Amino acid sequence: MTDAVRITHAAVGYGAREVLHDVSLGVTQGEVVAILGANGSGKSTLIRAVLGLVPLSHGDIELFGTPRRRFREWARVGYVPQRVGAGSSVPATVGEVVAAGRLARRGLLRFSGSKDRSAVRAALADVGLTDRASDPVATLSGGQQQRTLIARALAGEPDLLIMDEPTAGVDAASQEAFAATLGRFQGRGGTVLLVAHELGPLRPLIDRAVVVHEGRIAHDGAVPEPAGHHAEPGHDHVHPHAEAERPGICVAPTDRVRN
Amino acid sequence: MDLLQYDFMLRALAGALIIGITAPALGIYLVQRRLSLIGDGIGHVALTGVGVGLLFHQSPVLTAVIVSAIGAVGVELVRERGRTSGDLALALLFYGGIAGGVVLVGLSDDSGNANLVQYLFGSLTTTSGTDLVVIAVLGVAVLAAMLLLRPVLFAVCDDEEYARVSGLPVRTLNLLLAVTTAVTVTIAMRTVGLLLISALMVVPVAAAQQVTRGFRTTMAVAMAGGVVAAAAGVVVSAEANTAPGATIVIVALALFLALTVAGAVRGRARPHSAEKEPPDVVLHD
Repeated sequence: MTDAVRITHAAVGYGAREVLHDVSLGVTQGEVVAILGANGSGKSTLIRAVLGLVPLSHGDIELFGTPRRRFREWARVGYVPQRVGAGSSVPATVGEVVAAGRLARRGLLRFSGSKDRSAVRAALADVGLTDRASDPVATLSGGQQQRTLIARALAGEPDLLIMDEPTAGVDAASQEAFAATLGRFQGRGGTVLLVAHELGPLRPLIDRAVVVHEGRIAHDGAVPEPAGHHAEPGHDHVHPHAEAERPGICVAPTDRVRN
Repeated sequence: MDLLQYDFMLRALAGALIIGITAPALGIYLVQRRLSLIGDGIGHVALTGVGVGLLFHQSPVLTAVIVSAIGAVGVELVRERGRTSGDLALALLFYGGIAGGVVLVGLSDDSGNANLVQYLFGSLTTTSGTDLVVIAVLGVAVLAAMLLLRPVLFAVCDDEEYARVSGLPVRTLNLLLAVTTAVTVTIAMRTVGLLLISALMVVPVAAAQQVTRGFRTTMAVAMAGGVVAAAAGVVVSAEANTAPGATIVIVALALFLALTVAGAVRGRARPHSAEKEPPDVVLHD
């Protein structure tokens, strides 16, 4: 079976500054892989490069065995960005946002059919937002908005979910609901590539963790155990002094420095 | 209503109604991506097109469509590049557009002040039969595109990166939106004028979203509001002998105030859903 994602010797730069150096990574189908790392480590850039949202300066990326430049089956990929479209100022209902997830399958001009509507209903039920379908997205809590974006990705019935910090700033209950949704997706044979700075309730679902540090892969294998006071419940990850970053599994993922 | 016996009044009303329904159908996408003032800027650029037309004795509407479409595509390309200095580039383009227009109109044989004012603030009652045909054909084309492409245009304006990852032709859709904005500005310049056209794209949308909860209903209410404002504006301006374009915009603003009050009253009667938001709960076992 071909890998869902295969990255070989990829490098990405913004202007003169290179943020990812010579990264190689494969995600086999059915695997759940977490990309961990501190802020600014390049972990989000890595998945944005996979999605084609930032250009590669070097190397290759394949999706389901096809070079990304020639990849057209975008319906097989569900993308969950970090937050609800910040640019939107016209009200939109949860149902309308989730229905946008069908466009990769529907194409440009075909009208929404019963298959589209049932997929939207199923996705809303999966994230537990069925009763909020006709509410404006702006009236939802942060966790519910995040679940709306997950439902949008699921509505396209993807084989691969790519998620950027799906649990950042989301309350514990929504994180549990999210973990259950992800578990069901995995049970259907889905592949997941997600970026996170802490795993929380997702931890048991993760098959493999990849730690990105200063634009390189510092660890690829078992999920690193949180060490020391980071493991204690109630640790709020606020650090008064930014320490120099050291590569290795003992630093990431929980040693996120907030200023 | 005796006024409607006159052909020129009927043509004026027909033109205003077409603009009234088309402008908000396009404007909602501009508001959604926080480009509410883009119509105003394209209007500035269209004035240069009018100047070119008058100078070279071509149809000012035709040259205005071409020049403002080029301007709109330029704005879109600047926007696409990212935010660095985009704001300033737009300012340069807009002021260049209006200054160029004033200079070119002044150089033409037809350089009276009245002529300039006609394009800046509209001159509805001088709408000719040919003008009306142009307005109808282009207006219906823009309206059809906005309605048929609603799901994809919504996706692109709501979350451009997500639309790109969905494999949608984001760039083509953005350019389509830019060109249809230019077309709408140009056909509306005879109705409400280049300086007020943006109001008809934006004010009905702002009014609608005071009382609506979703995108589709906002679009429908905004289009209805645009039609009501256009019709009432034309009739009131004829009765009260006021400028039709400005009257249409004032009616639209009155509609905004009325719907804002209605929304606030309804919100008080039924406590806002955000306030009684239940805590996030696990709805699955």
